[in-house]
Amino acid sequence: MNGFPLLSLITFLPVIGMIIILFMPGKMAKEIKITSLVITFLQIILAVILLGNFNYSAGGIYEESSFQFLEKFRWIEITGLSWIGTVKVDYFLGVDGISTPMILLTAIISFIAVISSWSITKSVKGFFALFLLLDTGMMGVFVSLDFFLFYVFWELMLLPMYFLIGIWGGPRKEYAAIKFFIYTLLGSVFMLLVMIALYFSASETLANGTSAFTFNLLTLMDPTNYTVDGILSPLNPNNYRFIAYIALFIGFAIKIPMFPFHTWLPDAHVEAPTPISVILAGVLLKMGTYGILRISYPIFPEITQELAYYIALFGVINIIYGALVALAQKDFKKMIAYSSVSHMGYVLLGMASLSTTGITGAIFQMFNHGTITAMLFLIVGVIYDRAHTREINAFGGLANKMPVYTFFVTIAFFAAIGLPSLSGFISEALVFVGAFGVQEIRVLTMIGTLGILLGAAYMLWTLQRIFFGEFNDKWKDVLHDITFREYAMLVPLTIIIIFLGIYPSAMLDVMNSSVNTLVEFISKNAEIIRISGM
Amino acid sequence: MIENLLADVSLIVPEVIVSVTLLLIVLFDLIFNKDKSLIPYIGVVGIFLALYFAIQNIGVNTHAFIVSSGNQNYGLLALDSFGSYFRIIILIASILIVFFAKASSEIQQLKERSGEFYALLFGMILGMLFMVSASDLIMLYLSVELLSLSSYVLAGFTKLRDRDTEASLKYLVYGAASSGIMLFGISIIYGLTGNTNLFIINDVFRSVSVNVLAYSFSIILIFAGIGFKISAVPFHFWTPDVYEGAPISITAFLSVASKAAGFALLVRFVKSTFLLNESDGSWILLNGFDWQTFLIIISILTMTLGNFAALWQDNIKRMLAYSSIAHAGYMLLGLAVLSDQGLLAIMVYFLVYIIMNLGAFYIVMLIANRIGSEDIKDYNRLGYASPFLGVALTIFLISLTGLPPTAGFIAKLYLFLALIDAKMIFVAVIAVLNSVVSLYYYIRILKHMFISESETEVEKFKISMNEIVFILILLVPTLLFGIYFSPMVDFAQSCLSIIGN
Repeated sequence: MNGFPLLSLITFLPVIGMIIILFMPGKMAKEIKITSLVITFLQIILAVILLGNFNYSAGGIYEESSFQFLEKFRWIEITGLSWIGTVKVDYFLGVDGISTPMILLTAIISFIAVISSWSITKSVKGFFALFLLLDTGMMGVFVSLDFFLFYVFWELMLLPMYFLIGIWGGPRKEYAAIKFFIYTLLGSVFMLLVMIALYFSASETLANGTSAFTFNLLTLMDPTNYTVDGILSPLNPNNYRFIAYIALFIGFAIKIPMFPFHTWLPDAHVEAPTPISVILAGVLLKMGTYGILRISYPIFPEITQELAYYIALFGVINIIYGALVALAQKDFKKMIAYSSVSHMGYVLLGMASLSTTGITGAIFQMFNHGTITAMLFLIVGVIYDRAHTREINAFGGLANKMPVYTFFVTIAFFAAIGLPSLSGFISEALVFVGAFGVQEIRVLTMIGTLGILLGAAYMLWTLQRIFFGEFNDKWKDVLHDITFREYAMLVPLTIIIIFLGIYPSAMLDVMNSSVNTLVEFISKNAEIIRISGM
Repeated sequence: MIENLLADVSLIVPEVIVSVTLLLIVLFDLIFNKDKSLIPYIGVVGIFLALYFAIQNIGVNTHAFIVSSGNQNYGLLALDSFGSYFRIIILIASILIVFFAKASSEIQQLKERSGEFYALLFGMILGMLFMVSASDLIMLYLSVELLSLSSYVLAGFTKLRDRDTEASLKYLVYGAASSGIMLFGISIIYGLTGNTNLFIINDVFRSVSVNVLAYSFSIILIFAGIGFKISAVPFHFWTPDVYEGAPISITAFLSVASKAAGFALLVRFVKSTFLLNESDGSWILLNGFDWQTFLIIISILTMTLGNFAALWQDNIKRMLAYSSIAHAGYMLLGLAVLSDQGLLAIMVYFLVYIIMNLGAFYIVMLIANRIGSEDIKDYNRLGYASPFLGVALTIFLISLTGLPPTAGFIAKLYLFLALIDAKMIFVAVIAVLNSVVSLYYYIRILKHMFISESETEVEKFKISMNEIVFILILLVPTLLFGIYFSPMVDFAQSCLSIIGN
């Protein structure tokens, strides 16, 4: 696979699709949909090729040579004046065991979301053009190894998402869209500031022997590359690393969304059309935790260790708070949205353990939450398409009326609760095992396990209210069992959930060596930074 | 003496060409009474010629029109690469504005007065060109007045509505007051130093200690005059009214070119008059007046007020007026850094700002031509009336906000680079938070264009080929410089040198 720009292709394929769509007349709605479907399917094929050629033993994280499918060339270089040195930005793509699961997830979820978008009738051309642009942004974030590039892709997602919620959303779409926009933008400006500060703190030695400031994430991870007086340099006794870490963390936390920055999520979800909810929950929320693992952890290892307890604390707050609020919801979709908040809390808790088991669990939970929540949102979409309401109490006794639907719902709900033999169980178990092993956060972990109980409570209670009990005759004519298109969305996800529940190694092996590298790297570098009295 | 004068004139060929073009326009207007459609083309040819010579002038570093005796060779004008850069920016903006005015129905309705219009426009251009190289307080004052007098008239040019006249009158009154204040400041400096040449004043300030109070007072008074031109808070009061009332092409011109000239003037004034020495690209200024703190305060006030006031506007021209105040605030921060890097940020910012701001104004004008309104509420669903205009305006507004991958992001990036490099973290944070606020009002237009419902069915707009070409000329660089910006920055970097003592 050497020399073949697989990652560029997988990232920019949707943009090619977008351009094709922009040249198609708006009336060819069906052709536009098919084009999008083909593009996202090709993306899955590319992702599978990637997985097929993936070297399971390569660690990645900080070492350029152990990243795979590398593409690196100078994007922008300004050999400037003496004091600023060289401004350089690399087009630097590569994957390791942390990004590969995310790429797979993005490809799968995008494909499913296109199928789910089949029912879109309003400005089809605009919808799919924006959708594909969003897809490129998502892929780009997961493959970038240069902070500047990462940021560009990150911002690229903002506007398509705003319009996708704002134009094709529900009654309060304007409010939800602007709220999403402002929250996300606030996060990304924090990120921007930290990015620039990092840029001025570390330098890289160029081929000709001169040094240059850099956005290269791998260079930024090595404490020896920092200049003595850089404001984020560990060598500088008056550095701002702590503040920068918090700012960057908030930037990512908004996306997760971590309590107390989560309030945009329920609004965005409730108003967004089903496919966009699927993308939002399935992929976008993972960007936050991915960013922490890819950027915050390795670049600020000593502060990560220092603050691990608080990350765990917020994780547990997310778990409990999200679950309690979910329990109180009357709106089916809002309930799922809050369950997302709760489930992303597990990811935070696992990450905070800084142990191989915990972080593996966290990444696996990111993947599983992506597939499971996507399925839950599709399920809400199925019922909303028919009844045009999402009021939980408006239904009852659907089990007899829609048996196949009920089957899928049960699988998804049980997977979300964490029933053994379904994928959610493995990742949650790994998270708890990993977190329990760390003395400082053991108590927090024990509190966090309450989340499972609460999760079971709201899921089962919802299941009971919608599917058992008395059938509401109002829905007699509208509620029919699922259609072929809905099968096409739900079956693949169900297969993945069951397959990974029985054979989790398929995914765990992918991330294993990278997670080991990450954990070692954090403890080693935190020690280095601390010893040098910095 | 005559040879000297001729040699000096050869250094200001662009200005000479603009003056000649101005005269040609007036003559043409008198001779060809009936058909005046050729006038804009004469103007464009003139500006292109001037632009050619301005580009040729890059790299020249010399004083011209030397007035003083002895061994000091300082003159009325300082010609350097920095000045050439701003001349080029102003001339590019002028070319665009001529085409802009040609497409504007407001101006086209007054065809018989187009000689007057373009003559005044060239008066403005001439004033701006002198502003960017003025190195003598007299020259500085004269060039500012030349610009101002032409723009007072142009602001009320259409005379169609009351608000036009109001705009013109307000502009005149504020403008006269502020240039009076500036003149007072100049007279104090003259009293302190006995000279009007910036470089000689600098020499005097270095060697003689002056009364700090009088010194600071004179600086603040002069800043009032320049601050008026760049609409820095608290000298911005005229901006929203004038921008709203003036013909839209003049509003656009005021918001880009006039501001660029004002900035160039300010930068040169600060650097030439108050520089103590330069090390490693950062400027160390004379003691006595804390320019850095002063500029930081002014710029924070400017951008914060601009952004927050823009939030409440319902008229899009007014909103863009406040947004341009906010942008002036960001650019002032570039000066407050007091380093070549800050200067580079300002220069890059202006180049980008001209492109994206003119783009936004142009589309606003095209829409106003069709719906006859500049009210944001009337923008409902216009994105569907013409998806091309809608998408183009979206990109310009995104660029004004400063999001990647647009040129506006690069401009902000360089600014923040400069701020953070100077360890002005707190200021950088305020600037960033300001951009977040600005996003809200830019996005509000997009919301109206694409999301809000409209009671009346929107008709499809017809857009002519010329209009599409003009938009593309602005749109392509807005996107291209967001991805591949090194040529632009290289160019700015090669023009950093400001002539000193």
